[in-house]
Parts: sequence; C-alpha cells; structure tokens
Amino acid sequence: MTRYRVAVHIVPRRGLLDPQGKAVADALRSLGFPGVEDVHVGRHIVAEVQAADAASAEQSVRAMCAKLLANPVTEDFEIAGVNAA
Amino acid sequence: MRIGVVTFPGSNCDEDTVLAVAKVGATPVRLWHKAHDLEGSEIIVLPGGFSYGDYLRSGAIARFSPIMQEVMAHANAGRPVIAICNGFQIACEAGLLPGALLRNDSLKFVSDMVPLRVENADTMFTHKYAKGQVLRIPVAHGDGRFTADADVLARLEGEGQVVFRYVNAGGTADAQSNPNGSMHDIAGIVSAQGHVIGMMPHPERALDRMLGSTDGLPFFESLLARVAA
Repeated sequence: MTRYRVAVHIVPRRGLLDPQGKAVADALRSLGFPGVEDVHVGRHIVAEVQAADAASAEQSVRAMCAKLLANPVTEDFEIAGVNAA
Repeated sequence: MRIGVVTFPGSNCDEDTVLAVAKVGATPVRLWHKAHDLEGSEIIVLPGGFSYGDYLRSGAIARFSPIMQEVMAHANAGRPVIAICNGFQIACEAGLLPGALLRNDSLKFVSDMVPLRVENADTMFTHKYAKGQVLRIPVAHGDGRFTADADVLARLEGEGQVVFRYVNAGGTADAQSNPNGSMHDIAGIVSAQGHVIGMMPHPERALDRMLGSTDGLPFFESLLARVAA
C-alpha cells in the first residue's frame, strides 16, 4: 500500500445561479480587470489515502465525491491530481 | 402523541421545537444524534440550526449521523417527518426530499418575519389552513435558496408538492418578497407520498402572540389531528 494525495475540484454546476462567483467577478472588474467574463467559486479538497496504486486511490476518492464530498444535484467534481505522498 | 426532536451537534432550534411540541399538547422526546432508537416517536422533527457547523455543505454531514438511519426507516415506512430550516437541508441531503438549498442570492443571512402563501391545504401538515391563505412565519437562514432541475420543479408543481411560497403581504409572489432567491419562490415542499415536509420558515417560532404570530399553530394542529385519527 502507498499513501496518495488525491486533489479534487468541486464547482457549482454550470447554469445554476452562483451569487458568490458573480460577486467576485464584479469585484475583480471594479479593481481594474475588465477582461473577467465569469468566476466560479468552488472547493478544493485534498484527501490523503492508502491505496494499492494511483488508479485505486482515484477510484476511492471518486466514490467519496459521489457519496459525500459533492452534491449531485448542484455540483460537479473533477480529480485534479493523484500523487504519491 | 410522542414527537421526537433530534439534536445534532450545532442544532439550535431543538429547544424551541421541544417547547412548541409541548405547547400543542404532544409529548416531546429528545433524541440525540448518536442514538439508534426513536423511542416510540410517531412523528420526527429535524430542527433548525447549524449541524456540524455547516461544514462541507449545510446538512451534508448530519445526514450520516447514526439516528438518520432510523429516521430514514421511519420515513420509508410512511410515517411523518417535519424538516425545518437546517432540517430541510439535511432532508434534501439525505434524499428524503428532492432538490438542494444553496447560499441565499443576497449572500446575506436573512432573519425576518415573512408572508407565506399556502399552496396546498390538502396535506397532513396544512389541512387546517385554507388554500391561498397568507401566513406570517419567521425565517432565519443563510442557505435557503431552493434549487432543483427543471424536471423536478415541474413534478413538484404538477403534483401539488409545493406547499408554501414566499409572497408579499397582499399574497402575490414577486422578486422583492423572496428572501433567498429560491426557484419558483418555494418556501416549503412535501415528498411525493406527502408525509415528509421540508420548509425554511420556522412554524415553531410562530405559536405565541408575544412573538408576533400564532400562524404556526394550525400547522402542528393539522398534523396532530391527522396522526391521532
């Protein structure tokens, strides 16, 4: 077994109202970043897990996302990285 | 009539709910979230608060508390569950009710007495109201924006599962009277079978004239009459 650090990005589902992202985008524009088209604020979670290999570490974190880490009604997730810790 | 009130770490409306249950003439049963027994409760209340500090998402962690297995079995057997505020968030996370409750569109916590219109007066929770009646019930939440996909919304509307809607004092829905940006101005819904209700407003805080409204009384009276029958 090896220890892996698995990083996940969880973001609000596209098309759903994201008032936090909108407020941040408005703030950025008022700070002089006129090119900001849109901002989405989500969560970045790093899970440290013991697994036989990187693929099974990723698979177990995907299961965690489906069960707890992300809400399937309103959020999407993607695995951002799997690295031996 | 025994009514179980669940306390999760971070619940803060459980005491108000216990007092409300006693006031309407039922027997409150305090249930700790680690318990595995509903102690003969015929009705379960998931009260308001900030279970687990709202960590991850409101209700996401409480939904896996040991007592929730018993609450799920109780609900799946067709017995009544009242899910108020944080309880509504927990019930959605648990899949007892469809949809989810997201951050208020204002990004601000709202604490206010708001008008609600009774959209369905044929449920076990609302039959002592009249359809279209406008109630005054307090809200106090940061994550109350009911959100669901188009199919779920169409089913909720089509099947009469929308029970309460935010309206203005005259009884008309408008954007200014929606405190959180919830879809279709939805304040409360029932499950397809009609025995689980989720609502952001607090009927347990509207039982005493001194607190500004007694419009919550018929809510509890409706349920007690139906369960006793």
